[in-house]
Amino acid sequence: MAARNAIEAEGLTKRYGALTALDGVTFGVARGELFGLIGPDGAGKTTLFRLLTTLINPDGGTASIAGCDIVRDYREIRKRVGYMPGRFSLYPDLSVAENLDFFAALFGVSAEASRDLIAPIYRQIEPFRTRRAGKLSGGMKQKLALCCALIHRPSVLLLDEPTTGVDAVSRSEFWDMLSELKSKGISMLVSTPYMDEARRCDRIALINEAKILGIDTPQGIVSRFDEPIYALSGRDMYGLLLAARRAEGVRECYPFGEAHHLIPDAGFDAAAFARFLAGQGFADAVIRPAEAGIEDVFIKLMHHEQ
Amino acid sequence: MNNDPIISVRELSKRFGSFVAVDRITFDVARGEIFGFLGANGAGKTTAMRMLCGLSYPTSGSGTVAGFDVMRQGEQIKRRIGYMSQRFSLYDDLTVLENIRLYGGIYGLTRREILRRAVTLLDRLQFRREADTLVGSLPLGWKQKLAFSVATLHRPEVVFLDEPTGGVDPVTRRQFWELIYEAAAEGTTVFVTTHYMDEAEYCSRVSIMVDGQVRALGAPAELKRQFAAGSMDEVFRTLARGAKRTE
Repeated sequence: MAARNAIEAEGLTKRYGALTALDGVTFGVARGELFGLIGPDGAGKTTLFRLLTTLINPDGGTASIAGCDIVRDYREIRKRVGYMPGRFSLYPDLSVAENLDFFAALFGVSAEASRDLIAPIYRQIEPFRTRRAGKLSGGMKQKLALCCALIHRPSVLLLDEPTTGVDAVSRSEFWDMLSELKSKGISMLVSTPYMDEARRCDRIALINEAKILGIDTPQGIVSRFDEPIYALSGRDMYGLLLAARRAEGVRECYPFGEAHHLIPDAGFDAAAFARFLAGQGFADAVIRPAEAGIEDVFIKLMHHEQ
Repeated sequence: MNNDPIISVRELSKRFGSFVAVDRITFDVARGEIFGFLGANGAGKTTAMRMLCGLSYPTSGSGTVAGFDVMRQGEQIKRRIGYMSQRFSLYDDLTVLENIRLYGGIYGLTRREILRRAVTLLDRLQFRREADTLVGSLPLGWKQKLAFSVATLHRPEVVFLDEPTGGVDPVTRRQFWELIYEAAAEGTTVFVTTHYMDEAEYCSRVSIMVDGQVRALGAPAELKRQFAAGSMDEVFRTLARGAKRTE
């Protein structure tokens, strides 16, 4: 039977001694989907990638890629999957072109076979084709690693934190490349600790402490925040934060960049709150209704788990 | 309180052979400010920060950090600042308390003073029960909060934070910014780099480096007005897209 999904995981669990790195993780990535795995360091993202790439075996649950089981069909999976690990894993002493040739030889393909996939990315590093990979900038290393991961025309691409430590512009360009690969029918699972990258995905899973907190479209995740939220700002932001937490009807108030986010309890009265703040010396405070973001949802779901 | 800027640099440059890593940067940082130091990869942030921390001497220009000359008083500067990086700050195979004692000793605090400050620090972070835990076994978020507290153990006038919140969860990230707010409210100047553009919004002022030069400097609200942008992310992209060099 042809698998409907590019990736299927059911109750996937991995333990290291007393530590449960992945705890009953279930999700599916549809064919041609760009699926984001979003969570902090230590959430279990890399363990999930190592399981899916057949580098380690699970202690519980099952998973398949393109219909192939990750334990039984590991040989087949390695042909069908492209993997870009979080740590730079190319040969630093080989040149750009040599790395590419090496990976092509490893998979028994010619670099020509995947030219259409790789060309738009390779073009950007081609001027440096004779440079040793170890001497490339971070952004260029990333592009070369992506080319090498695509050399055997995988149907599924697994990318573990490809944008970590990269500046905002390069990150955005990398996501543009992924969108282009998606348009060529490649299914992708991409992990990232940057929550603002969620909107570049078709669907996302929020992951924390070995568990998936929720799976939805970026819009769907945000709409899960089904209670009012306010933005609070003023001249003395720290003083304001402490004062707001002392006020009645405030369940939670936390820093959120230019404004604090405030989650009220039932019966919260914005006018009375403003009077309270004025009485505390914060007459300049501005309070207005706000829209929740992915991070607000993540925070809420984290509290929910605890 | 001393009203002189804690950091004041004029036309500061660093050349490596023919390569100008930092190209005549000029700015002041006021005491108690939270100063965001932004730039694309390869813009020259790290080189600039190394000069401000007394780790390398500028090729030309002038300036002071905590009252000492960046051209020739690197050693004095090092003693008066705190520094924390994302990659390395604490020793994993020492316990929480051992790390505090080690750094307290390096900063030249007396044994009695170290112990006193250790207790305050552990209470503030609610880490008392973890005093004898190996740092390596702490969750990343805890480590980052501890690293910040250790970097400010000797009450430096200015603390340099190099991407302190990379990879931490959103709750911890906010707790970390509260520590920064708290330190600033107590008069410590915070000089911070980050790749999270939303974090630039927490800063009193930010500078954005492109190709070795400071191309924008001001409060986030001012910069957004100046660049007709809705967010610092947009401001950053507008500037960084024109960058000629990568790394």
